[in-house]
Amino acid sequence: MSTTTAATHATGGAPVTQFRVIRSEWIKLWSLRSTTVTLGVAVALLIGVGLIASSVIGNGDGRGPGGDDGPQNPVDISLAGLNLAQLALATLGVLFMASEYSTGMIRSSLAAVPKRLPVLWAKAAVFAAVAFAVGLVASAIAFTGGQAILGDAGASWSDPGVARAVVGTAVVLAGFGVLGIALGALLRSTPAAISTIVGAMFLLPGIAGLVLPDSWGDNVTRVLPPNAAEAFTDVTRNDGTLSPWAGLAVFTAYIAATTIAAAWRLKRTDA
Amino acid sequence: MPTAGRCGAPPGPGIVVPVIEVHELTKRYGDKTAVDGLSFTVRPGVVTGFLGPNGAGKSTTMRMILGLDRPTSGTATVNGRRYAEHAAPLREAGALLDAKAVHTGRSAYHHLLAMAATTGVPRDRVDEVIHLVGLQDVARKRAGAFSLGMGQRLGIASALLADPRVLILDEPVNGLDPEGVLWIRNLMRDLASQGRTVFVSSHLMNEMAVTAEHLIVIGRGRLIADLPVSAFIEQAASNSVRVRSPRASELFQLISGADVSITNVEPGLFDVTGLTAEQIGDRAAAAGIPVHELTPQRPSLEQAFMELTRDSVEYHASTQNERAQAGAAQ
Repeated sequence: MSTTTAATHATGGAPVTQFRVIRSEWIKLWSLRSTTVTLGVAVALLIGVGLIASSVIGNGDGRGPGGDDGPQNPVDISLAGLNLAQLALATLGVLFMASEYSTGMIRSSLAAVPKRLPVLWAKAAVFAAVAFAVGLVASAIAFTGGQAILGDAGASWSDPGVARAVVGTAVVLAGFGVLGIALGALLRSTPAAISTIVGAMFLLPGIAGLVLPDSWGDNVTRVLPPNAAEAFTDVTRNDGTLSPWAGLAVFTAYIAATTIAAAWRLKRTDA
Repeated sequence: MPTAGRCGAPPGPGIVVPVIEVHELTKRYGDKTAVDGLSFTVRPGVVTGFLGPNGAGKSTTMRMILGLDRPTSGTATVNGRRYAEHAAPLREAGALLDAKAVHTGRSAYHHLLAMAATTGVPRDRVDEVIHLVGLQDVARKRAGAFSLGMGQRLGIASALLADPRVLILDEPVNGLDPEGVLWIRNLMRDLASQGRTVFVSSHLMNEMAVTAEHLIVIGRGRLIADLPVSAFIEQAASNSVRVRSPRASELFQLISGADVSITNVEPGLFDVTGLTAEQIGDRAAAAGIPVHELTPQRPSLEQAFMELTRDSVEYHASTQNERAQAGAAQ
C-alpha cells in the first residue's frame, strides 16, 4: 500500500510500521507498575544472592553453598543468583504478553495492528533489550562485588571465560524473558505459562534425573533449557554439560521454537 | 475532515460510497453457527443501528469486520478493502468492542498513548480525545478502577483517536448514566453528520429508534431486516383497538364477525383486531351501548422488535417455563 493514502490530516497519523509498534510496546512496558517492581526484584536477586554466596564462600571452606554440586568457580559463585533472577524475568515476560489476554487489551492491540505479528516481534524486541541492559548492569555489579568479597580467591575481568559469563548472564536473562513472552502468547494464560516455565526450570531436570537411566540420562538432562543456558554462562565446564556455545545454540533453539509456535497461534486463531 | 473516497478516486457528487461491506459472512464455532451468510452494506452520513437479541451474532460480526475473528467464509471490507490490509487501520475505522479491552493496570492516558504510537498519532490528539470524552480528571488513574461508564468513555476515546472515517461501536450506551446516554447519542449523530459512517449495535430497540436512521436487524446470525427506522416504525403499527364498556358482552356480540378477533383483557375491557376504532364506536353508538374507552393500540417499538425477532431469539425465558411444565406433567 502506498504511503500517499495515509497522508497526514488534521490529527496526524501514519502507516503502522514495526518501529511504531516497538514504540507502542515500549510505552506499554513502562506504564505498568509490575515492570519496575519485577525488574527490581530480578536485579536484587542477581546481586544479592551473588554477594551472599561470595561472602559465605569467602569466609568458609572454599566450596560452593550447594556442597560439591554447587558452583566451584569464583565467577559462577558471584553469579549464583541467575537461577532466581531468570525466573523473575520469565515471569515478567509472561505477564507482559498473557495479561493482554486476561485483561482484554489484546483486542485493542490487534485492532491497532491487525497484521498481528509485529506486536509479538515488538514485545520480544523491547523486552529482550530491557532485560539485557538491566541484566548486564546487575551482572557486572554482582561479579565486581562478588570478586571484591572473595579477595585473593576472586577472578578478574581478564580471566578466560569471565566476559562470556557476565555478558552471558544478561543474555540468558533476556532469553528467559522472551521465552516467557512466547509462552504467554502460546498459552494465553498467565498461570499456565508461569507453571510451564517453573516446570521447565526446576522440575524437569530433577524428574529427568530420577526417571531416566544413567546411561542416557545425562544426554537428555544437559539439553534441558536451564542446563543449556547454564552451560553458556559457566566458566568451568562440568562433566556431562554442553560446551558454552552448544548450550547457547540449544537455548536459542528452545526460544525460537516456542516463538514460532506462538506466532503461528497469534496469526491463526481468533483474538 | 475525512470524507468517503480518500483511497482511490473521489466519488462524484451524490454517489454514496458503501464503507462497510459484509458479504456472505459466516462464522462457525464447532457445530454452532454464530453468523450465517450475513450480507449488508453500511453507508456514510447516517447512524446505522445493528440490532438483534443477545447472542444474535452482532459482536462476532463486528469482530470479523475488524479482523479480530477469522470468518469461516465470506468477506468483510472497510473502505474498500479488508481492515487488516490498510496501512493505518486505526485511521480507517475506530472501534469500541467492549469497555474491557484495556489493561487494568495501565492509566487511560498511557493506554491511549500506546495505541496512538502504533499509528503515529501525536500526543496532542491523545489529550484532545481525553477531553472530548470527559476523562481529563481520571486519565492518570488505573483503568482497572474505572466504572463501566468511564470504561465506555475510554473505549470511545480509543475509537476516535486516529479520527477515523468509520466508527464501529458495540453496545456503547451500556453502563452509561442518562447524561452519558444523551452525550453518546449526540456524539454519534454529530459524527454521522460529518459524513462518517457510524455503525452501532444494540439489543434495545427504543435506543436505536431515537439514535439511528437505518437499521440492520439480525437474529441467530441471519439478516432479518435492513430498512430505514421510519419504515420499521410504520411496519410496527397494528390495528388493535382497546375497548372499555359497562355492557361489554352486548358490544361483544354486536361487533363479532369472521374477520374480527376479540381478546378479553379484564371484565369490561377487551382488545379488538379487524375493526377500526371508528367502526366500533359507530356501531356502539347506533346500538346505544355506552363506551368508556376506545383506544387504537400501537405496540411499542420494543414489542415490534420482539415480534420480528421472536423466532430467532437465542435464549427464550419461556423455554424454561415450558420445560418446567413438561417436567410437572410427567
